[in-house]
Order: sequence, then structure tokens, then C-alpha cells
Amino acid sequence: MAKPKLKAHVINREWCKGCGICVHFCPKNVLELDDTDKVFAARRSDCICCKMCELRCPDLAIEIETEQDD
Amino acid sequence: MAIKDFIRERFFPHIWCPGCGHGIVLNSLLRAIEKLGMSKNEIVVISGIGCSSRISGYVDFHTLHTIHGRALAFATGVKMSLPELNVIVPMGDGDALAIGGNHFIHAARRNIDLTAIVMNNRIYGMTGGQYSPLSGYGILATTAPYMNIDYAFDTVELATAAGASFVARSTTYHVQQLTKILRQAILHEGFSVVEVLSQCPTYFGRKNRAGSAVDMMEYFKNHTTPIGSKAKKDHPDLIERGVFVEKEMSEYCSEYDKIIEKAMKGRT
Ligand SMILES: Cc1ncc(C[n+]2csc(CCOP(=O)(O)OP(=O)(O)O)c2C)c(N)n1
Ligand code: SF4
Ligand code: SF4
Ligand code: SF4
Ligand SMILES: [Mg+2]
Repeated sequence: MAKPKLKAHVINREWCKGCGICVHFCPKNVLELDDTDKVFAARRSDCICCKMCELRCPDLAIEIETEQDD
Repeated sequence: MAIKDFIRERFFPHIWCPGCGHGIVLNSLLRAIEKLGMSKNEIVVISGIGCSSRISGYVDFHTLHTIHGRALAFATGVKMSLPELNVIVPMGDGDALAIGGNHFIHAARRNIDLTAIVMNNRIYGMTGGQYSPLSGYGILATTAPYMNIDYAFDTVELATAAGASFVARSTTYHVQQLTKILRQAILHEGFSVVEVLSQCPTYFGRKNRAGSAVDMMEYFKNHTTPIGSKAKKDHPDLIERGVFVEKEMSEYCSEYDKIIEKAMKGRT
């Protein structure tokens, strides 16, 4: 299976509550909270598309879109 | 995303506090159902009252939001009348094992084909942090300001002793295991119990200085271990995760069908 290639971190800013779970448990330290406590991909190119952020988000507010997904 | 098809987006963002573990249980449950590939019409989610029980309002299946402690009684009725449906019953720890404790043990004893999910945050979240039968000795709660002196039930041992034919435990940290277990539990024919250690940062966390949602998930990561691991032998205090019981046993609705057949013999 080819390595999934990242298209985008799709973040729903309306739903994100800034709990920091995705930020803390990202294995590659890709994510950060901005000054309004919403998540963003600060080091996008380090992302390995493991989707752990997406699976652990209590608010269904972050999604990893890869080229494999379509 | 396919799981978005399974939620009622109009009710989002949901009511749960930032970092509440119940949202992660919802996330994992949606993924488990997505992997099962069932139609939405084949699934019923029935809950009682509590923060956890709000889950039934967020999922776009057949849903019933009933009364505190009685979700399993409603679920029994639905399952008996329409046994072809998959009935999932998410409950809080208070809901399932305090007020609902008798429904819980007797549903397990009958081995009726329901999937009971105990979203265990060891506290009454919705009503402001009272202790529950799963809080355990030494825990602080609104109703135990000095310290709780009640020992906790072990949900897994209780469910097993009561006769549940599928019994498992996971946590909101271990989402891949949790999704897999939920899928297995839904597929299992008979009474399935899945205990999920879930965090309530707002009440359990604050009262017990357990830190943020992240800290509480770190705790689940560091204080649990797969069933039968070497770590468990070296550190008996670790909480085991995995599938404890999975056995074939005649199921209640099919036994009931046999009774109907017997009773109808000789009549038309
Ligand atoms: C018959 C009845 N008794 C008491 C209550 C008040 N009540 C609502 S939720 C709840 C407990 C909630 O705790 P839990 O079941 O652990 O769910 P959580 O909120 O922690 O997810 C109680 C006692 C009620 N609604 N109905
Ligand atoms: S886990 Fe979800 S809600 Fe929490 S900060 Fe990340 S995207 Fe936001
Ligand atoms: S997909 Fe994995 S590596 Fe990428 S941001 Fe999410 S958790 Fe981090
Ligand atoms: S009070 Fe606790 S259980 Fe209820 S939504 Fe908030 S964090 Fe979750
Ligand atoms: Mg609770």
C-alpha cells in the first residue's frame, strides 16, 4: 500500500473547543492551538497521516484528508 | 467523511465540555458502525439520563432518550418486539450501575442481545459531581468532600458474574482498540458489556486534581495494560483492557420464540 499523501487538515473551527487532545497526542507534534484556542496545523509537512487526531477528537472537529481517501 | 452521515449535525457543536471523554466514545462508536456497513435503519440507540446519555440525541439512527437508569428496560422492550434490529445502549456509570444496577444485572442474566456501553467517568457529571458506585475508595466528590469510603464495583467482574456473554473494557485513549471492541460487541449475539474509562475533566478531574482532559487520558494510557500482560504481573494495580468474556449462549429473544411456538402448538 502506498503511503497516504496529505491533502489537508480539515478543521471545523465552529466545533473545535480547544481541548488540546489532538495537539498533545500527535506523534509528530504537527498541531497547535492559536490565540483563540482553535487548533491549526503549524508543521503541516511533518504530518504522517496517522489520523490519531481525527480518531481522538471528542468534537469531530478535525479530519485528515489524504489523496487515498478519494 | 462518512461518519458525518451518522450524526445530526444540526445539534453540533455538542453540549459536552471541552475534552469530555464522552465525545471520544461517540467518535469511536460512529467508526465502529461505519466499519460494520449496516444501514442506519438497522440500528437503535437507547439511552437514559446523564451527560453520557445525551449521545442518543447526536446520532442519526433510530433513537430513544428515556429515563435515568431505565435505558435497558426500554431496550429490552424494543429488542423483544423487533429482534432483527441492533440495539445499542450507552449509559453513564451512575445510570448503569447505581439507579440502573438491577436492570443491568438482569439483562445480563437473560443474555438478551443488546450492546451495553458503560461510559465510566466515575462520577455523576450531569448533576454536578456526586460520587457513583464506580468512583471508588479515596475519591473526592461533591457528596464526599472529605473522601469517599465506598469501594467501587468492578464493571467487568460484575457483568461476568451476572452472566453477560461478551464483556470488554477499553479507554478513550485507546481509540483503535475501542472501535474494534465496539464492533465485536455489536456483532456478538447476546448481552454485551463494554466498559469505557472516560474522562470528566469538569467534575472528576477538578475535584480529584487529576488535571486536564489530556492528563486524564495520559492516566488511562499509563495505568492500563492488555489482559494477561507481563506488566500486569509486575504491577498488579494496572487496569486490564481487552475482551474478557466472549461465549456462545442461547439468546433471550430466540428462547422466547421457542416458548411462543410451544404455546401455539395445536392452535392456528
Ligand atoms: C429518577 C431520576 N433520579 C435522579 C435523576 C438526576 N440525575 C440525572 S443524571 C444523574 C446521574 C448522572 O451520572 P452518570 O449516569 O454517571 O452520567 P454522566 O453525567 O456522568 O455521564 C442523576 C442522578 C434523574 N434525572 N432521574
Ligand atoms: S481534539 Fe478536537 S476539539 Fe480538541 S483541540 Fe483538537 S480539534 Fe479541537
Ligand atoms: S494525522 Fe497524525 S501526524 Fe498528522 S496531525 Fe494528525 S495525529 Fe499528527
Ligand atoms: S460535566 Fe463532565 S461528563 Fe458532563 S459534559 Fe462536562 S466533562 Fe463531560
Ligand atoms: Mg458518570
